[in-house]
Amino acid sequence: MTQPWMNNRLVRWIDYRLPMFSFMEKELIDYPTPRNLSYWWNFGSLAGIVLVIMIVTGIVLAMHYTPHVDYAFDSVERIMRDVNYGWLIRYIHTNGGSAFFIIVYIHIFRGLYYGSYKSPREILWILGVIILLCMMATAFMGYVLPWGQMSFWGATVITNLFSAVPIVGDVIVTWLWGGFTVDNPTLNRFFSLHYLMPFVIVGVVALHLVALHQHGSGNPLGIDAKGPQDKIPFHPYYTVKDMFGLCAFLTIFAGFVFFAPNFFGEPENYIPADPLVTPPHIVPEWYFLPYYAILRSITFDVWFLSAKLIGVVLMFGSILILFLVPWLDRSPVRSARYRPIYKQLFWVLVIDCLVLGWVGGNPPEGIFVIIGQIATLYYFAHFLVLMPLLSYIETPRPLPTSIGEPVLGGSGGPPAAAEQPMEKAQ
Amino acid sequence: MADYEDTKAGHGHGETRRDFLYLATGAFGAAGSAIALWPLVHQMSPAADTLALATTEVDLSPIEQGQSITVVWRGKPVFIRRRTDKEIEEAQAVALDDLPDPQTDAQRTKKPEWLIVVGVCTHLGCIPKGQATGDRKGDYGGWFCPCHGSHYDTSGRIRKGPAPENLPVPDYEFLSDSLVRIG
Repeated sequence: MTQPWMNNRLVRWIDYRLPMFSFMEKELIDYPTPRNLSYWWNFGSLAGIVLVIMIVTGIVLAMHYTPHVDYAFDSVERIMRDVNYGWLIRYIHTNGGSAFFIIVYIHIFRGLYYGSYKSPREILWILGVIILLCMMATAFMGYVLPWGQMSFWGATVITNLFSAVPIVGDVIVTWLWGGFTVDNPTLNRFFSLHYLMPFVIVGVVALHLVALHQHGSGNPLGIDAKGPQDKIPFHPYYTVKDMFGLCAFLTIFAGFVFFAPNFFGEPENYIPADPLVTPPHIVPEWYFLPYYAILRSITFDVWFLSAKLIGVVLMFGSILILFLVPWLDRSPVRSARYRPIYKQLFWVLVIDCLVLGWVGGNPPEGIFVIIGQIATLYYFAHFLVLMPLLSYIETPRPLPTSIGEPVLGGSGGPPAAAEQPMEKAQ
Repeated sequence: MADYEDTKAGHGHGETRRDFLYLATGAFGAAGSAIALWPLVHQMSPAADTLALATTEVDLSPIEQGQSITVVWRGKPVFIRRRTDKEIEEAQAVALDDLPDPQTDAQRTKKPEWLIVVGVCTHLGCIPKGQATGDRKGDYGGWFCPCHGSHYDTSGRIRKGPAPENLPVPDYEFLSDSLVRIG
């Protein structure tokens, strides 16, 4: 298993005092990984790489950005026009935000499909949901910084969500703003926190990885490895697979950055913020649209609870409910491949989320209200009703006896041939 | 040592002076940390210069019946509408049972002719439409919030949509027939 560089005396001297080389060897090179991972398992490392891209471009942008209501918009335009390669760095950063969410959403739905949240990976899953929440806060505050119309009004709408809190709501909102409206103090603190949050995410990602490496990746079959024949070393098998996936991603990403840099953007945000004029149609960034649809779907009071409060609670609840998924799904079978009903409901949920996104992007009128309400109801029913119910009524298909079996033939025993890949890596 | 035994026997649950010291130290540390944390929390509240806001005085004389103007007070828009007789009548005729946030028109105005409200939707803080002549004024002839579809009537009261409350009435005072001070 020992890598050639471990024979180097300097490396050994360092490693004896700070075991960074043996750590790398253990977690990045030898790290035993199920041999049957599909490309759906690429998105975790991909998300990590995009996080690095976001931090690097963000630090550079901060060197040219001015967090003041009078200068913010102009400083961003200066980045676009005058700063060397400013346009490129900013477009990578803005599109990187969208890419980050696409990747993470795919990563989450991968987890939902293959039951990645099931024992013993519940905490791994919970850490992932925390990362999602941190990302949302970061993205929201980042979108405010250019101080365009959507920046300002998005910030107004979202900070006002907290006024739905009974009794202390208004106090909280004033505290968040540092004034009586979204204004300069708000912009300043958002900039400060937008710079902080990515490093918080890095910390939670580190925990996410520790939890991941404790029991290793799941796999498309959803069964545990029966022995070394079911696993292969991470390097070179998955480093090369991840690199290939990265190249594919970067090709598509470059397409957006160079040829459609404002595809995900809102033209309204190229108008400087005006606190006295609300744009006719306020929409958040695309990755928030499903939550926005849930927020707006409640148009009626229930008992003493105002529509506003219920909408806000459901919107936050739509994410917080993910924390409970490991306990809502009682089925012992992880992979949807062997769960005929869950497999179909999974795709209904995907469609439901897309419908919510579509409704969230449209004005809250007429048919969109009804569709939004139905889709919201279904979203919660999926997790709170269907998921627990399926555990009892669904008959799973028979599971294969081992990961190696469908590939190598024979039983789950340790045939000599299966161990060869491990030996090659030595 | 005798004290130690006494204490132990006195409580009868195996508690000792040391437990008390742990708790007291912990409580002292927690309270101290909380107090030390407060400046870090409170620095985010509005600063002194933000709080030291001037009131806004508005000359009402150029406003004709049926016209509205928007003035800025505390960074927020305030709608001042010189209502027509029809609008006043509509606002006064509504039964309180029909209102999500029941208030009579008299409670919301000092002079029926002049309606002065903060022009910020009580749902999520958008600025409702209805100030400009071509604007959509909603189903009740007052204001319509395009963000999430809240309708306000000619007294600025919420009638339909997700907003929970009426448009708030700021503190104001008529200094003369044509001069009002808000705040």
